[in-house]
Amino acid sequence: MQVKEFKVKWGMVVDLDKCTGCGACMVACQAENNIAPVTEGSNKLRTLTWMLVYELSNGKDFPEHDIAYLPRPCMQCGKPSCSTVCPVVATTKDEEGGIVSQIYPRCIGCRYCMAACPYHARYFNWFDPVWPEGMDKTLNISTSVRPRGVVEKCTFCHHRFAAAKEKARMEGRDPMHLEEEDYIPACVEVCPTGAIVFGDLNNPEHKVAKLAKSRYAFRLLERLGTDPQVYYMSKREWVRRQGDNYLENEKTKGE
Amino acid sequence: MLDKEWIPEGVERCSFGKFIVWLGLIGAVLLWGLYATIKIFANGIGVTGLDNYFGFGLWITFDLAVIALGAGAFFSGFLKYIIRVDQLKNIINLAVIVGFICYSGAMLILTLDIGQPLRAWFGYWHPNVHSMLTEVIFCITCYCTVLIIEYIPLILENRKLNKIRFLHHLAHNFHVYMPLFAGIGTFLSTFHQGSLGGMYGVLFGRPFAFREGFFIWPWTFFLFVFSAIASGPAFTMLVATLMEVITGRKLVDYKTKALMGKIAGTLLGAYLFFKILDTWFWATDTLPRMGLTFDQMFNDVYGQWLLWAELGLCGIIPAILLIVPKFRNIPALLYIGAILDCIGVCINRFVFTVQTIALPVMPFDKWYSYTPNWAEWATTFEIIAYGALVLSLSYRYLPVFPQEKKLNS
Ligand code: SF4
Ligand code: SF4
Repeated sequence: MQVKEFKVKWGMVVDLDKCTGCGACMVACQAENNIAPVTEGSNKLRTLTWMLVYELSNGKDFPEHDIAYLPRPCMQCGKPSCSTVCPVVATTKDEEGGIVSQIYPRCIGCRYCMAACPYHARYFNWFDPVWPEGMDKTLNISTSVRPRGVVEKCTFCHHRFAAAKEKARMEGRDPMHLEEEDYIPACVEVCPTGAIVFGDLNNPEHKVAKLAKSRYAFRLLERLGTDPQVYYMSKREWVRRQGDNYLENEKTKGE
Repeated sequence: MLDKEWIPEGVERCSFGKFIVWLGLIGAVLLWGLYATIKIFANGIGVTGLDNYFGFGLWITFDLAVIALGAGAFFSGFLKYIIRVDQLKNIINLAVIVGFICYSGAMLILTLDIGQPLRAWFGYWHPNVHSMLTEVIFCITCYCTVLIIEYIPLILENRKLNKIRFLHHLAHNFHVYMPLFAGIGTFLSTFHQGSLGGMYGVLFGRPFAFREGFFIWPWTFFLFVFSAIASGPAFTMLVATLMEVITGRKLVDYKTKALMGKIAGTLLGAYLFFKILDTWFWATDTLPRMGLTFDQMFNDVYGQWLLWAELGLCGIIPAILLIVPKFRNIPALLYIGAILDCIGVCINRFVFTVQTIALPVMPFDKWYSYTPNWAEWATTFEIIAYGALVLSLSYRYLPVFPQEKKLNS
């Protein structure tokens, strides 16, 4: 399969030297996308966290010890390993913007996409969602809730994209030429340190387009060929090294 | 007694009382499985031990394994009807029944396994032509239908049913067209056995399973076909032997069994040649290109021993035991060879389903391990019990083994 190219390509650049691992993005994502709290949260492999913050370590002892936090949404891969395997076309990458969609009423819950995604960005609804009494009133009306038995994942808050296009149309602007501030996902909006920048990777005026080209920028598991639309950056060499599986003798990017 | 009239002529069967006790045992396992099935349908697969890391587990391993072991049906059919290896007529009925059980069992498990069972038909209605799983869905269904068509004439040959003129002719006509169905079955089965392997080989985000290939098929496509036909005949032969042990009667002559062993062994030898080449290429070329080493593919739980067990203990050794006539003609060695062969294919299917996803691909991620829980075991045993039930009823009431009368007289 060829990498699909789009005129507009929404992407993210996460500065790992700025991320403090506060988890605000995780909470914002949870609230924005109506992710139900699980009743039994002790099994972390059963919880739903479209945005997950990983802790990275350089593996050295104090005083050389260093850590970094890496927020992981769906990478919206250019060549997604998930959508090609889906037997019922419940997930595709064909809309302008390059966001990998997930159609809940179509998903049969075979979980083949989960097996295919190396980033563990996909989550399964093990049980019917239950909201604590009263909390259902706080649900976001722009996002659907998902039944048990389907797979879900981060969509770059796709509903906000739809709303931004709508607004631009109303104002007589071109919905295919959105400004940076027109469309901002929840996790980006809430990040207190401004570690996450969002925009059109193909638009040279957008900050992400510049940052993605920085010598310190890298993408996760680049050499698998998934071509992610999420970039990370760090001035720390050991952090960049953990972005892909570097063999000991290999040099990292940005050296 | 009514039961007696249904038993094929000239053969002996245990008393009806004894048979009922046997069915009772099978029924107990079935009930346990049924309880789990109801729980799963009512509450969702959250009842199982699967999680977001291990979306595939015991069920998929079991599915792949039984489908491989059920390959005896299409391959024996191919050899009997198309290549015309006449001796296989002694075991072909059993091969069809075992194939039918394996395929229908796999389909039953799949209805449990998908999160939205009521949408199971979406696979036909909204097919994604790029997905290997789509091919699997289509081929398995079609092939299961072919197996039903192959099974029907055998049912119609029941002593009582065959007395009905219409059914008698129907059975005869089915027989006439059997080579055609054997051909269709071979085509369909080859493709979906291959697609099952292709399903894993195309996972380019999963270095343990990913394989290069030619055209649209990764190597695993061909390796899965090969390994299935290298173990299916051995499994059919083992089932016949197990039935002999349980019933205390001779059902298939040793010559036919040894022939099945020889077929399996020869194919196993050929398969191993390609599998070893494939493993070597994967370790020295595919992995380094992904920035990984062979050693990284294994950990304490999913260790290299699995690979050595698969290729050595359950690969090369059974291949030798089954190929060399001197060994093959010693019953104990033939059976040991066949058992190891079948275990080998199960290990292969297990590592492709579970180890593939247990392996942490992101450098900062870690290994997880997976243990199936009671609900997955209960339903798996339910399918085994279902198989035992179909086999027991077929053996008791249908003329499955053409040699039985002669061998026991
Ligand atoms: S990160 Fe995973 S789920 Fe997201 S597009 Fe890539 S393969 Fe698909
Ligand atoms: S972009 Fe939206 S859906 Fe994706 S992780 Fe951020 S908040 Fe969640």
